[in-house]
Amino acid sequence: MIAVILRRILTMAATLLVISALVFIIIKLPPGDYLTNRIMELRATGDASSVAKAELLITQYGLDRPVWQQYLMWIGVMPGSVGFSGLLQGDWGWSFEYDKPVADVVGDALWLTLLINLTAVVFVHLVAIPAAIYSATHRNTFGDAVVTLLGYVGLAVPGFLLALILLFYANRWFGLSIGGLYDSALTNQPWTWEKIRSLLGHLIVPTLVIGLGGTAAMIRRMRANLLDELAKPYTVTARAKGLPPVKALLKYPFRMSLNPFVADIGNLLPHLVSGSVLVSLVLSLPTVGPLLLDALRSQDQFMAGFILMFVASLTLVGMLISDLTLVWLDPRIRMGLR
Amino acid sequence: MDAIPADRHFVDPAPFVPEGGSEGLAGSASAWRLILRKFLRHRFAVASAVALIALYATVPFVELLAPYGQARRNGDFLYAPPQGVHLFHEGRFIGPFVYPYRAHLDLDTFRRDYKIDTAAPQPLRFLCRGDGYDWLGLVHTDLHLVCPPENGTLFVLGTDKLGRDLFSRLIYGARISLTIGLVGVAISFTLGLFFGGIAGYFGGIVDAGVQRLIEVVRSLPELPLWLALSAALPPNWSPLLIFFGITVILGLLDWPGLARAVRGKLLALREEDFVQAAELMGASPARVIGRHLIPNFMSHLIASATLSIPTMILGETALSFLGLGLRPPVTSWGVLLNEAQNLAAVQLYPWLLIPVLPVLVTVLAFNFLGDGLRDAADPYH
Repeated sequence: MIAVILRRILTMAATLLVISALVFIIIKLPPGDYLTNRIMELRATGDASSVAKAELLITQYGLDRPVWQQYLMWIGVMPGSVGFSGLLQGDWGWSFEYDKPVADVVGDALWLTLLINLTAVVFVHLVAIPAAIYSATHRNTFGDAVVTLLGYVGLAVPGFLLALILLFYANRWFGLSIGGLYDSALTNQPWTWEKIRSLLGHLIVPTLVIGLGGTAAMIRRMRANLLDELAKPYTVTARAKGLPPVKALLKYPFRMSLNPFVADIGNLLPHLVSGSVLVSLVLSLPTVGPLLLDALRSQDQFMAGFILMFVASLTLVGMLISDLTLVWLDPRIRMGLR
Repeated sequence: MDAIPADRHFVDPAPFVPEGGSEGLAGSASAWRLILRKFLRHRFAVASAVALIALYATVPFVELLAPYGQARRNGDFLYAPPQGVHLFHEGRFIGPFVYPYRAHLDLDTFRRDYKIDTAAPQPLRFLCRGDGYDWLGLVHTDLHLVCPPENGTLFVLGTDKLGRDLFSRLIYGARISLTIGLVGVAISFTLGLFFGGIAGYFGGIVDAGVQRLIEVVRSLPELPLWLALSAALPPNWSPLLIFFGITVILGLLDWPGLARAVRGKLLALREEDFVQAAELMGASPARVIGRHLIPNFMSHLIASATLSIPTMILGETALSFLGLGLRPPVTSWGVLLNEAQNLAAVQLYPWLLIPVLPVLVTVLAFNFLGDGLRDAADPYH
């Protein structure tokens, strides 16, 4: 068991390394960079001191060196002008656009991203599991048809549009306030009960929107799995020998149908994270989504790089958790027998 | 009544043919025939297939079908609401017609108000002369299926902030949005077949390498990566090049699922005798994979490719919506939705949200079609 976990963690580290290289290549792809653009702009206005400062930043972050050296410095395995200082040392770089360390700019956004994604995961499971069980046990009834139809619609509606429309009507009909994560009056207030309540109210629409697509997919898959299990002889035996219906459903077939379900978390997470980025942009939630879009547009490379790495590690950790749960849930998987 | 006498058995007078005559049995029809037969039983899937064929059939004829040209601005009709097409005027049937608008600027709210003047119906014209265009870049013509009435307007779905007809733009957008899914899937299909093929056939270190690659690509959240890649497209590219760039980006991240399926099947199939026979006869790996192995499960691959087209269409829509995808003057459904991005649009000009309907229909149709194909893919099951 421990060997399996260790091996998974090692693979994850290797994957992260490859991802970091990919991310770096991608953010380096567009021609030019933030500082050179800025210097040209400043030269045009004749602001000599700012030009000097920008040039200092260029040498400090080694932006005048070859790209592969920049990469090694960024991840922190090669000394830059101030010694080893990169992602591995916990230094996330400098945001040129905000003129602050990346860590200060992202700050709370990281936690809120985490919070929103966790809420979405919980929501997906809370809705998908009961809906799938109902749909599978009441096969070909009106309720089943409704669940299936809702599932298909959930798959087909673009999340951003749903966000926009829900936002509008949630405000008009239920008085839920628009945008952001809490009332703007509470922005700089300490965390009080009132602020938490405001936060929960603001979380409803994003969670619904982010979770809907994933829920639809989960219901479909879970329903199919459960139907497969319900048709198997052991279920018939369990019923025939008089096991109470609930137990005959939940103890064996349900548990069996959970396996592909848990394995699916790995697929679900990248989608949820993607969805949360998109929905945050529409609802202007202070998560990493809007920051990423800005950073990509202005070529604020350390900022963009860090956020991309953050979302990638978020999915990787989620996948690790899902794999470990699977090992715990299904004895056949131990010892890497797949 | 031609009753059979009780003491005799019924005998079919037709001559006995051992192989023939059993068209309906699984043993005699080809696999593709069986797949077709099974697919036709799936009513939703068949209906979706018909709908999709109809949608795609419009693609070469968009200029003909759209009442207005793509860039035609009607400066007097900004944000005009949808104009209904009627058949009956004062209880009398007079063919398809519209009632003209009377526009005036409300000086209190600074909004344009459109009043419908029901006194003077304006009949539509059919197969008529309108905005000129080059059909397929070959023939210059100005023929349209339906045109606005003389001195009138025809805004079936309303107009946008520049007074462009939404219905026409929707038809133009269909061309881009529908192609992008197909081209993207073609790219991801090729990549998936290639990587899955070499991983499953050669096994060993190639397999391990491809597996890692799949793992890396699959663990990346799509949208942030799409964003990053689209931001990397040079801003000085022409809209057409951007279109191809976006398609490649969409296809580039979609192949791992397919590659995994191909690999799994190949690992099992390559142990079969017919593979060994082909190898002994000197067939190259490419030939063994492409000619002997892949056709075995082509139907599965087509089904799963169909299911990934909606992802592409939604992906393009999302990217364009955020302003990082296609750029005007290229018109896609996502570009149209980009204009409906704010709450003012939802409240004041709700018809700007209409482009979401074709997205919905297309995505649903592809999902139903894919499900039907997947169920039919294994006719012996």
